[in-house]
Amino acid sequence: MLKYIAKRLVLLVPILLGISLLTFSLMHLIPGDPAEILLRQQGIIPTQEAIEKFREQMDLNDPLPIQYFNWMYCLLHGDLGSSLSVSYGKPVLTEIMFRFPRTLELAAVSLLISLLISIPLGILAAVKQNSAIDRLTLVGASLGIAMPVFWLGLLLILLFSVHLGWFPVCGYGSVKHIILPSITLGIGMAALTTRLMRASMLEVLEEDYIITARGKGLRERIVILKHALRNALIPVVTVAGLQFGWLLEGAVFVEVIFTWPGVGKLLVDSISVRDIPMVQGCVLFVACVFVLVNLAVDISYGVLDPRVRYERS
Amino acid sequence: MIADVFRELRNNKLALFGVIIIFLLIFIAIFAPFIAPHDPVDQELKKRLSSPSSEYPLGTDHLGRCILSRLIYGARISLPIAMAVIGITFAIGVTIGAISGYLGGVTDEIIMRIVDVLLTFPGLILALAIIAALGPGIFNAGIALVVVGWAGYTRIVRGSVLSVKEKEFVEGVRALGASDFYILVRHILPNVIAPVIPLAMLGIGYVILAVAGLSFLGLGAQPPMPEWGAMLNDGRAFMRSAPHLMIFPGLAIMVTVLAFNLLGDGLRDALDPRARMREKVIER
Repeated sequence: MLKYIAKRLVLLVPILLGISLLTFSLMHLIPGDPAEILLRQQGIIPTQEAIEKFREQMDLNDPLPIQYFNWMYCLLHGDLGSSLSVSYGKPVLTEIMFRFPRTLELAAVSLLISLLISIPLGILAAVKQNSAIDRLTLVGASLGIAMPVFWLGLLLILLFSVHLGWFPVCGYGSVKHIILPSITLGIGMAALTTRLMRASMLEVLEEDYIITARGKGLRERIVILKHALRNALIPVVTVAGLQFGWLLEGAVFVEVIFTWPGVGKLLVDSISVRDIPMVQGCVLFVACVFVLVNLAVDISYGVLDPRVRYERS
Repeated sequence: MIADVFRELRNNKLALFGVIIIFLLIFIAIFAPFIAPHDPVDQELKKRLSSPSSEYPLGTDHLGRCILSRLIYGARISLPIAMAVIGITFAIGVTIGAISGYLGGVTDEIIMRIVDVLLTFPGLILALAIIAALGPGIFNAGIALVVVGWAGYTRIVRGSVLSVKEKEFVEGVRALGASDFYILVRHILPNVIAPVIPLAMLGIGYVILAVAGLSFLGLGAQPPMPEWGAMLNDGRAFMRSAPHLMIFPGLAIMVTVLAFNLLGDGLRDALDPRARMREKVIER
């Protein structure tokens, strides 16, 4: 088992290097002179003097490999640079660390809501295959996947905040604030998971051990919940890592719509003012979190299912 | 084989429904000037935010522009962009995947490491970052989505090429003296492309959503372009007084994405005989 984990960790090194390289290159993807463009964006007239000063400050004068090396050196010491505008001068990492728990909070509640919807619905649809419930679930899931998460959020605001007045339109703070954003994200994710849960359950229900369990005369409820559900959950856990990526993407929209002060909103706000160090920080941070979550899913999957351990090592 | 796929699709009512909607949307996009009751960017400030009426079937927006006309012209933006993005992504992804799998060795190793890195980013986040550098706009949004998208196709195609290139018929053609290029294009590609086609259909749905999303955030289509996501963003501010501003564009996005997803799902089932068999077994 330790060998399996060690191997996964070694595989991470080139990926993390690649992520850093890609993030670093963002500054140099800017068409034209980044110094001039970023100064203009901040409302500073790009005189020769100002440009020189900015270049010095942002370390843009050295050859690229040396710039990358310096950037990595700072990165490894926890220095992601300073914000150029959203929160001017503040260290990027401080701002992200301040915002991230809020994104995590939103993601966790959304995940919970999506599981509460998708697991029972998936089971029900599979057990009553081809019934009205099954068809409705499938139609609902297809609509849910095709529905833009930002539209769903706006519709929920329209109904529950504007018309019924049950929840605040946007903001952060109380329990009431988190309900609509997390339902928005949760429903979007539930659409994907419900389909998967149903398909996986259908497959498991065909297995010999289910026939055996029924043959033993066990009650159907026990067969489904005890024998089938456990096995049917495996594929759902496997894609949990990928789903987390979806959750992060969706969080960007949900945070913007509900003005939820998380990393997603920070990223969008920074993009609109071209605060490149902040954007670099957000992207790097989100990618690393995503990689670590997938690593955790892989390892836990290896723990749960010994077959995986052997196949991959 | 192609005939089989068509027969399967004809029997799949949902996929057929998707195809009909897609054709309808293409028709609307092509003949937009004849169908739309008004000019999509014409402002009638005296009639701003009016509810649906016989003159403006879906009402007007905050600048007095006809919402129906804007939706109709919106099809001219979303469809071609999504198809172009997926077309380019598909071509790049398949080509690199085929080369990587066929050549193997160091080339393969380098390409696959790049693919690994790209696939570790949640796609939209990386697209946002690229737009941050390139600047907002629908063209840059398209570029960002191509950069983010090709790696997925590459990985799948490379896997298929690896298994196909060891087959006897490839050895046979090589023994006959065919060049690498000829073998790759005429013998290997036709065998590996089928599994990625449904993916491309689902990809169109995804790109339509992504472009609408980026425009919604103000990073894609810029005003006065009648893009559906941008229209939703415009409508947001008038939610209380004129909710129709944000209801119809959302509906347009959802129906379009749904149509491509239904076709994609149908194609996947039609191209995967195993799934077909399974369904038959279950039906029994």
